[in-house]
Amino acid sequence: MEAKELIEKIKENVIQGRINKEDEGFDEGLDGEPGTVELIEEAIKTDVDAEQMVINGLTAGMEIVGARFESGEYLIPDMLASAEAVGAAMDLLAPHLEKSGVKSRGKFLIATVKGDLHDIGKNIVSIMLKGAGYEVIDLGTDVPAEKIAETAEQQKPKFVGLSALLTTTMREMENVINTLKDKGMRDDVKILIGGAPTSREFAEKIGADVHCADAFQAVEYTNSIN
Amino acid sequence: MTDSYREGMIVRPYERITGDEVRSLDRASRSILEDIGLQCFNEEATELFSKNGCRVEKHDERSYIIKIPGSVLTDALSSTPSVVKLGARDPGNSLLLDAEIPRIYFGSGSETNIWLDTEIETFVSEKDPSIKKRLPVFVEKRGTIQRLATAARLAEELDNLDFFIRPVNIQDEDITEDNHDVNKFFASLSNTTKHVQAGLTSLAQLDNVLRIAELIAGGKEALKENPVISFITCTVKSPLQMVDDATQKLIEFSKRGLPFVVSSSPQGGSTAPITETGMVAQINAEILSGVALTQMVNPGSPVIYGSVPVRARMDNLHDMYCAPEFNQYNIDCVQMARYYKIPCYSTSGVGDSKVPGIQATIEKFFTHIPIAMSGAQYIHYAFGLLDRTNTFCPVQAVLDNQHIGMIKRFLKQPKFDKKDFDESMEQIRKVSASSQKLYARFVRKGLRSGEIYSHYPFEDKDGQDRVIETALGHMNELLSRPAKTVSSEIEDEIFGKVPGLLPRLKRNK
Repeated sequence: MEAKELIEKIKENVIQGRINKEDEGFDEGLDGEPGTVELIEEAIKTDVDAEQMVINGLTAGMEIVGARFESGEYLIPDMLASAEAVGAAMDLLAPHLEKSGVKSRGKFLIATVKGDLHDIGKNIVSIMLKGAGYEVIDLGTDVPAEKIAETAEQQKPKFVGLSALLTTTMREMENVINTLKDKGMRDDVKILIGGAPTSREFAEKIGADVHCADAFQAVEYTNSIN
Repeated sequence: MTDSYREGMIVRPYERITGDEVRSLDRASRSILEDIGLQCFNEEATELFSKNGCRVEKHDERSYIIKIPGSVLTDALSSTPSVVKLGARDPGNSLLLDAEIPRIYFGSGSETNIWLDTEIETFVSEKDPSIKKRLPVFVEKRGTIQRLATAARLAEELDNLDFFIRPVNIQDEDITEDNHDVNKFFASLSNTTKHVQAGLTSLAQLDNVLRIAELIAGGKEALKENPVISFITCTVKSPLQMVDDATQKLIEFSKRGLPFVVSSSPQGGSTAPITETGMVAQINAEILSGVALTQMVNPGSPVIYGSVPVRARMDNLHDMYCAPEFNQYNIDCVQMARYYKIPCYSTSGVGDSKVPGIQATIEKFFTHIPIAMSGAQYIHYAFGLLDRTNTFCPVQAVLDNQHIGMIKRFLKQPKFDKKDFDESMEQIRKVSASSQKLYARFVRKGLRSGEIYSHYPFEDKDGQDRVIETALGHMNELLSRPAKTVSSEIEDEIFGKVPGLLPRLKRNK
């Protein structure tokens, strides 16, 4: 396949939200056809320019997905599926982009705070950020403040995202922020918080930079900082 | 008649009473008919009952007491068809009412006198004039032939409305008893391709009405094959009085083999006992007496078990449809009809509220869901009614259409086949092995095909309650679609052969 054709197919598969050939997408006749991952692998083998794949394949596809979501044609599952496909593609492309000197949009450290095991919201934010070109470091659930601070120290992320679903665990977010302050790292990162019981007022009270009601607000905020 | 018909929704019926209780109620109804009897005001019916083995006693100058022995009732019921087909201008819109299959259909109904229009106005807060709200204002208008035509056009576009019973009474200056029937049937038939059913105002107009139906169906024989119209007759005035006029209509419909509903609508607490046992025993006896008479006139004549038991509201003695007892009475009647293997005409979606809104929605859902669950084949009054059965509001009909669609989806039979199990297991396997643990991507195909419910279509994205305004916009869009009128040739023929039609109903000029 020619480079141009491969990139076009990558874009189409992002629009269909197909990670790999096992994904059915939603249009008929895609079963068994190569998905985003297989196409990226083929493109890498044939030395297609990685930056072109990102700009004309993944990003161009996501722009169409975003426009369709805005118009109401696409719903959340479509956005997530497409973002997941882009995320999987970025995992494969990262070393090649680095080689060609293309920088990621930044590291994003994310975790559900100590005492809380809920992660659906956090996972959705991760998928969307990855799909938007961020390097996501996901520490999982029930993560102590010290672990978050240690990872931040090592990885030097631009953003830290904290998630909690319970009114009893949301208070732990303040502890994370204080730990980062104690280690002198608070001003090096932007802190985003989210989760059902949280609010803009709560974010202000505990000293977070922003409260995000959903994954879209998280992407919007990080893009605005970039 | 063509084999095609509307799909409806086959449900797994909710049964409120046991088989033993059904048989006890059957015995009670038979005892009412055999021991107490019913008062009959119609001479021809009295003769028929007598000829078929019933005991007849003169009651007064105008009426007789008819006592129907159990064996006579059993004989009469034995010829009642268990399947009634109702045709339609578009044969694909026909209905298959099979007493042994709980396939439910929803339709409109009632001859309301008031047509309720909806307008949206902007109101300014007295406290803070910068705060403005757009709110619905409802305007009462008189029922007219033109509004009936509009209701039929709207009914055509409402995908969950399966049959059309005129929801508005025509009160134009030039409508008389002599031209009432032809105009109401023509206005309905020429604006919807769905089945049309109505009561008959004047028996003298029956042949003219049938002529319209024959011309639309394609002739006398074609009408038998595809009965595009059917009738309703409320033969019994509760308690247990067979009235002259409606009984004569029953006899004439039966002689012609036309499908129709034999209905009774006693009011628990005034014209029937308020107890569930007493109400169901009485209404069942009333309906069975009418059904038996149809079979005495013409064995095998297609008939529908029309049960409309209601509750009396005790502060004004009006009919009360939104009451727990209403659901109890009606579900029992559906089970009784199933026991006799006669398709059941039932009721849902009527309440006391005078305008669309929270009260109307609660009242309607309160009967829509249980009556649908009961598996009644033919559920009328379900679209647009307000203030009991006094008002028809087209915007409310649009809302009812949406809500009935949700109920139909809810009652869709579960699908647990091998393919479903295999696909589900594969999804669980894939998602469990993934880092994000999300099933969202597997929703997409079903969302697009419409198999998976998306969301309430009349909600406002900003969280304001603009349901009525949004439904009004949707209604206007539906009514802007071209009307599916009869062809100009058929229309010309109808106007040439049927007297009394109002020239303003002619669409193909």
